[in-house]
Amino acid sequence: MSGRRSAEPRFGRVAARVKAVPSLLAGLLMCTGWAALAQGQAAQPLPGIKGEEQAELTVAPQVPPPVTRRYATKVVVNLEVREVVGRLADGVEYTFWTFGGHVPGRFIRIREGDLVEIHLNNHPSSKMPHNIDLHAVTGPGGGAASTLTAPGHTSTFSFRALNPGLFVYHCATAPVGMHIANGMYGLILVEPKEGLPKVDREFYVMQGEVYTRGANGDTGLQPFDMQKALREQPEYVVFNGSVGSITGDNALRANLGETVRIFIGNGGPNLVSSFHVIGEIFDRVRIEGGDLVNRNVQTTLIPAGGAAIVEFKVEVPGTYILVDHSIFRAFNKGALGMLKVAGPEQSGIYSGKTSDSVYLPEGGAVQTVSERAPAVTAQSPEERIKFGERVFTSVCLACHQSNGQGIPGVFPPLAGSDFLNADKKRAIGIVSNGLEGQIAVNGHTFANVMPKLSLSDEDIANVLSFVYANWGNSKQQVTPEEVKAVRESAGH
Amino acid sequence: MARVALSGRRATAAWIVAASLAALGAAPAQARAAGDRPAPSSPDHKAVPEGMVLIPAGSFIPLYSPGIRKAGEAPAPVAVGSFLLDAKPATNGQFLHFVQEHPAWRRSQVKRVFAEPGYLTQWTGDDTLAGPDDGDRPVTEVSWFAARAYCAAQGKSLPTTMQWEYAAAASASSANGEADPAFVRLILEWYGRPNPEVLPAVGRGFRNLWGVYDLHGLVWEWTLDFNSALVSGESRGDSSLERSLFCGGAAAAATSFRDYAAFMRYGFRSSLGAAYTIANLGFRCAAPA
Repeated sequence: MSGRRSAEPRFGRVAARVKAVPSLLAGLLMCTGWAALAQGQAAQPLPGIKGEEQAELTVAPQVPPPVTRRYATKVVVNLEVREVVGRLADGVEYTFWTFGGHVPGRFIRIREGDLVEIHLNNHPSSKMPHNIDLHAVTGPGGGAASTLTAPGHTSTFSFRALNPGLFVYHCATAPVGMHIANGMYGLILVEPKEGLPKVDREFYVMQGEVYTRGANGDTGLQPFDMQKALREQPEYVVFNGSVGSITGDNALRANLGETVRIFIGNGGPNLVSSFHVIGEIFDRVRIEGGDLVNRNVQTTLIPAGGAAIVEFKVEVPGTYILVDHSIFRAFNKGALGMLKVAGPEQSGIYSGKTSDSVYLPEGGAVQTVSERAPAVTAQSPEERIKFGERVFTSVCLACHQSNGQGIPGVFPPLAGSDFLNADKKRAIGIVSNGLEGQIAVNGHTFANVMPKLSLSDEDIANVLSFVYANWGNSKQQVTPEEVKAVRESAGH
Repeated sequence: MARVALSGRRATAAWIVAASLAALGAAPAQARAAGDRPAPSSPDHKAVPEGMVLIPAGSFIPLYSPGIRKAGEAPAPVAVGSFLLDAKPATNGQFLHFVQEHPAWRRSQVKRVFAEPGYLTQWTGDDTLAGPDDGDRPVTEVSWFAARAYCAAQGKSLPTTMQWEYAAAASASSANGEADPAFVRLILEWYGRPNPEVLPAVGRGFRNLWGVYDLHGLVWEWTLDFNSALVSGESRGDSSLERSLFCGGAAAAATSFRDYAAFMRYGFRSSLGAAYTIANLGFRCAAPA
């Protein structure tokens, strides 16, 4: 601190001189200044920056404590990139590329106006080069152009946090989508100068998709699948890097009556999140992480590469489910978390189930939904054959096949069938009552079972007329009366 | 701006070394006990040295073509002349022999400007390997300068990026394996896997159509002109780079945005400086056919 103070007057003079020169020249000076900085030479301290501190970085769902400073400082951020094999779901592993060993990356919390010095350390065991693009950066590539870092190396660059808000950071090394899909995203909060209103609990949650070669649930170490990523069809959509990362014992926790703030980000790479907490209404949402506050919100959109700050007071105890309300993602792909609120029941706000009784609707238990379609009766031999075809298609075709050819050795043919054509009454009897036992058809024996079918006299007459009319058969007509007669004689 | 200046500086240093090595006089090729497979011979060429493979002339479409492509112009295939390529990456054992013959490249004596402090730190001493099996494992933690000196000492050179990419495009059955899903998967799965604790020995992994081992699936490899290209740190701007910024005025837009394996290789090379030493970066040598 003391060293800083002694240097301060000098910055003042530099600033004054820069102000005095024509603006074009000032611009040139700035350019060369930044170039010198980027080349690793001693950076000129910037006006308005007091002191220096090391950023406290946290692993989700933890959030660093609020900034209590009321002045801008130099904040040093050390991020270590590691490629690690970790749990994606029970029995499923994935090679995550991480900022800090976990997905999402470490949470960075600074104040508007701070000078941020990013040290991107790529672990020597990494296979890939990596870099970082922070959406909080004003400058080309958001830092990506200055931080492409080989394994075992460190890149450093600085930026001034000009705009307050909640911002995503991510890796932007080609192929960018793959680096993000593998877990290289996180959040940086630039608190406004006046700070954020005090709350009781703060949490860090970030959504992302995972594109595995295997289907959802396929066990083992799953490689990344570029085709699924291109089609934007992830197998997993998760909060905080894995299925169940904030459920059960790992659930977010709060006590009744507390105010809760969730910093919710979406790494993507592809999908937009419809963030919703089941059973809660967000009292306030800082839309897209910016200044605009909306109130009384049920579901808020989080763009890919975007964020939001949601705040609410927990007024009823119980478990609240965090979801992407594109709801198959929640219940089938993993985008589900929990907030458990402890405290006594609040029956004045939410009664819980007060009774369970039998419901007796008016007019008795059986309801007639609609008129049944009237039975159709064939008025001519042509109609009989036409209606018969419908019956054949729905009842007979599966075994006897579309052209009545049957299946050798299993289902006897109806086409050109000597057995069929020899005895119309026998055929009616078989369709009416089924058949069991050995028969010979066109010189081949069959010993399968044909079940008794629940067909009306009309249906049996129609389908047999259709069968006799086709595939080289005898073109006999069958009438409902004949069917009725056969059934009655069989009954006696 | 800074990036360009840096590239220029690296390149200059590289060529100074190249020139000084040439002035020293490269040692003739040493007979090496590599290659358990007779190299293919061609009646049109002098005999292929032991341990090397003849890569026949051909053409392919690299991710980044040399020369400037006009907007809207389809990428043109690039012709690559025939050349010789080591069948396997250089091993610790071979590199140990090299530093014994050329003490300037010993760990304790190498000039810091030519190699970072990590140079050969996987060895236990100046000329002692960590274990008896390390001799057959690919040498890593070697700088571009050291790799180039090694090749020059044998009358060889590092392959150019174009040569390397051309040779590496071959699957087990085709000169261009791009359309072979199994081949593409083999490459990508290696990229997606963390480094093993201990690298396997050379010559045990993937062998391509030309009989070259381990171009994929073992270690990254230095190329002669690794940073003449083309990928800036800001990968998303590389579809419209300012062409004059880069060595050789080399161009710009990638020929295929789906070849993400190649993106990763170019991206990796672009993250390097010539003095870098990296745990999974080795090399092999090439020679004119």
